[in-house]
Amino acid sequence: MRYLPHSDHERAEMLGVIGAANIDALFSAVPARALKSFDLGLPAHSPEFLVEAHMKALAAKNHAGADGPFFVGAGAYRHHVPATVDHLIQRSEWLTAYTPYQPEISQGTLQMLFEFQTQVAKLTGMDVANASLYDGSTGTAEAVLMARRLTRRNKIVLSGGLHPHYRDVVRAYLKDDADLEILSASPEGQGDILDHIDEATAAIVVQTPDFYGHLRNIKKAADAAHAKGALLIVVITEVVSLGLLEAPGALGADIVVAEGQSIGNALNFGGPYLGLMATRKEFIRQMPGRLCGETVDADGQRGFVLTLSTREQHIRREKATSNICTNSGLCALGFSIHMGLLGEAGFTRLARLNHANACKLADALASVPGVEVLNKTFFNEMTIRTAQPAAGLVERLAKRGILAGVPVSRLEPTDPSVANLIVLAATELTTDADIAALCAALSEELA
Amino acid sequence: MSMNNQGRPTGVGTSGFASTSGSALLPNEPLLFEIGDTEHSGVDLPDVTISTARLGGFERKSPLDLAGLTEPEAMRHYVRLSRLNHSIDSGMYPLGSCTMKHNPRLNEKMARLPGFSDIHPLQPVSTVQGALELMNQLSHWLMTLTNTAAVALTPKAGAHGELLGMMAIKAAQDAAGQSHRKIVLVPESAHGTNPATAAFLGYTVKPIPARDDGTVDVQAVKDALSPEVAAIMLTNPNTCGLFEPQVIEIAQAIHDAGAFFYCDGANFNAIMGVVRPGDLGIDAMHINLHKTFSTPHGGGGPGAGPVVLSEALAPFAPVPFVRKGSNGLELVEHAEGDALGRITAFQGQMGMYVRALTYMLSHGGDGLAQAAQDAVLNANYIKARLAHAFSVPFGDYPTMHEALFDDSFLKDTGVTTLDFAKALIDEGFHPMTMYFPLVVHGAMLIEPTESESKQTLDRFCDVMEELAIDAKAGNTERFTAAPMKAPRRRLDETRAARSPILKWERPTESLKAAE
Repeated sequence: MRYLPHSDHERAEMLGVIGAANIDALFSAVPARALKSFDLGLPAHSPEFLVEAHMKALAAKNHAGADGPFFVGAGAYRHHVPATVDHLIQRSEWLTAYTPYQPEISQGTLQMLFEFQTQVAKLTGMDVANASLYDGSTGTAEAVLMARRLTRRNKIVLSGGLHPHYRDVVRAYLKDDADLEILSASPEGQGDILDHIDEATAAIVVQTPDFYGHLRNIKKAADAAHAKGALLIVVITEVVSLGLLEAPGALGADIVVAEGQSIGNALNFGGPYLGLMATRKEFIRQMPGRLCGETVDADGQRGFVLTLSTREQHIRREKATSNICTNSGLCALGFSIHMGLLGEAGFTRLARLNHANACKLADALASVPGVEVLNKTFFNEMTIRTAQPAAGLVERLAKRGILAGVPVSRLEPTDPSVANLIVLAATELTTDADIAALCAALSEELA
Repeated sequence: MSMNNQGRPTGVGTSGFASTSGSALLPNEPLLFEIGDTEHSGVDLPDVTISTARLGGFERKSPLDLAGLTEPEAMRHYVRLSRLNHSIDSGMYPLGSCTMKHNPRLNEKMARLPGFSDIHPLQPVSTVQGALELMNQLSHWLMTLTNTAAVALTPKAGAHGELLGMMAIKAAQDAAGQSHRKIVLVPESAHGTNPATAAFLGYTVKPIPARDDGTVDVQAVKDALSPEVAAIMLTNPNTCGLFEPQVIEIAQAIHDAGAFFYCDGANFNAIMGVVRPGDLGIDAMHINLHKTFSTPHGGGGPGAGPVVLSEALAPFAPVPFVRKGSNGLELVEHAEGDALGRITAFQGQMGMYVRALTYMLSHGGDGLAQAAQDAVLNANYIKARLAHAFSVPFGDYPTMHEALFDDSFLKDTGVTTLDFAKALIDEGFHPMTMYFPLVVHGAMLIEPTESESKQTLDRFCDVMEELAIDAKAGNTERFTAAPMKAPRRRLDETRAARSPILKWERPTESLKAAE
């Protein structure tokens, strides 16, 4: 038991100081019938090399992204993370630090969070950002609740282009007390949310690029929402798009939520990820999650602290803005380092590279018989309609070692109209050879 | 000037002891935006010519204004910043209510295997059978350790797990025509997340007072019960570090009244492998994988808060979950019947599942039980060693994994609990938890965890004793001026809250100069 420092001799010595006959005496408050009267039947402790072998055997049963051409997106994206990022986040003082409740000995984490908040505010074009949420989907649900508090209205309208998982999370969070209007999916990009806004609407939620890859007109949505006194929540699942697309804040968004996984964080089969949230200055006291603020110490030196905690559960208990008690600090660190390495010049190049590869992919797919590219606009992701049902097609391509994208029916199983749709993404890691391999395999499968 | 146990001067009375920041190994690090600019980059990427036609006229017109650093600059910036943090690898965290123990690096190494880190949540299920097997194995361990019927892995943190557990209770009661149950009982000693979660779901929170011994009285629970009560949210071991001796009777009373028993499992650390919460009658309990099974805290997260569920609540588990199918393991991604639906996109915190299972296999069932016993041994050892110098609110009662003191020993010394905590910083320890639990005035809550050696505990106790003696001797400056040796002296939190500065703004002089 390599992680436990006591010898039996030391244990006996400590029990002596306590004045207990044995360890069981310390568990005397536990009702006798609940105290280890069972055999767990779990394996005994194991040496490091055997644990490692077990885990490696499990890992080897999975097809990793690097194992072949890869086009899976739909809310999580395979990007390159510089070696420096992973090296730095594994430094002990980042990795094994606690929540920065003692600011005098947590200035590293706090300054990083202040820098992170600044980066997110600049990216989104908003006044303020928090220090991250769990992920984009729960962030969207929190934004919806925040809009209801701000407007004192209840109705929420979700665009059909919102990621289906995000829609489901909002529905679970608001289960029965919301006037929730969910618009139907619009794979062709024609759906219009604007007719659904009225005087009871707290907020409309618009994703751009949307689930199908189409770019949405944020300015128009903002104007329509504001005309009725409603708020606009903009959701972004591919944060790299902000390197090329206008910031939602410059177009009138009131709350911006994004999934930050693309920058500095691996795919990880769905988590941990990090939720970015930014808003206008006047709304900060209703924003959930942690905030880091600048101040001075007793010597007048600049320093940083967690602030405005009177919104939070540990102060306000049942009156808190949310029950959230943590953030994705380490994921935010990965994001912040990667973004700090990129800078404006690098981030813009990264976005252009993603878009350029997506353009090549779209053009190549359009030339495959039996494939129709539905998008007129896109950033790095698009939807195709195939001559055969998508789920079986994607499965057969996987058997050939090509992960071709996400069949929409996997997320929308009750909608027969999406049975032949596949959402595909390209990133900076997509090569011409990958695209050629995909198109060749598709041609054969569809022939 | 006095000397502490390490023989270092403690800095008492050294007026004019200017800040140590910005010297030697304690850097005064500028902000990223003060050293970088929009032209530098630490990532080499080809620039490409693109047509903007497919951006539909939505291309960016406003500048990003994001500072960039070259790789060597970035390395120094983040290494220097890291040195301004206390961490579990550099010193003990005697925090109560938030387990901070050794983080094995094997866990990190395993989580970075491409077979786990480089797989997409929506790639074909046939290509991630190892990941589903891992989720199954982790579920088996969690259900076995708790003796429960089901587990929902997806919650992203303990508080998210609480939310899910209470959602499942609500869904079960709605399905049973019990939607009129609108009250949730929450003991005063509960974590702040408990009442926040109940309120979040529209419940009215009814507090249950603590007895003089810090535990919950079964009679107080019975008195609060009515046909409107949906559930109790009870922490066990509780936030005073005590095992609730009447927990089985409380569970019985709750069930008799048609309500559910939600257990806050943040303190599972103390009983894993020794007590199975399912045997106590719980219906739902979240487990903080990151605390109990040692995912690094990372300066505040990410966490993972799987919830174990009783038979009655199992049908209300959220999607997705893993089950055996005809072609291997399947991922059930859509809710059937009364199930909750989805509380997060994708499959939850896979990175933490890997770390938790690695930790479990390393310890084995025997090692987890030993770890719980050592955690309890260590807390009782601290309590025994410090009882004479500090005030112990609940007397001779054996504690579980936490030792609780209060600040009555500081009465009339001019030293507050906060001052005392800050003085610990100058001695190289992270402060204990202060002013929590709320049921104890001036609480000082200490959780040593199982990974601290006797030598470290002795050094910590020596320092604590010495500080207590010094405070009682009237040496107030050592406390009120603390910390003197940290990267920053005491920070003005009021100022930060009154006029919040939440991001860096370009100084106006440099804007003018640019014009």
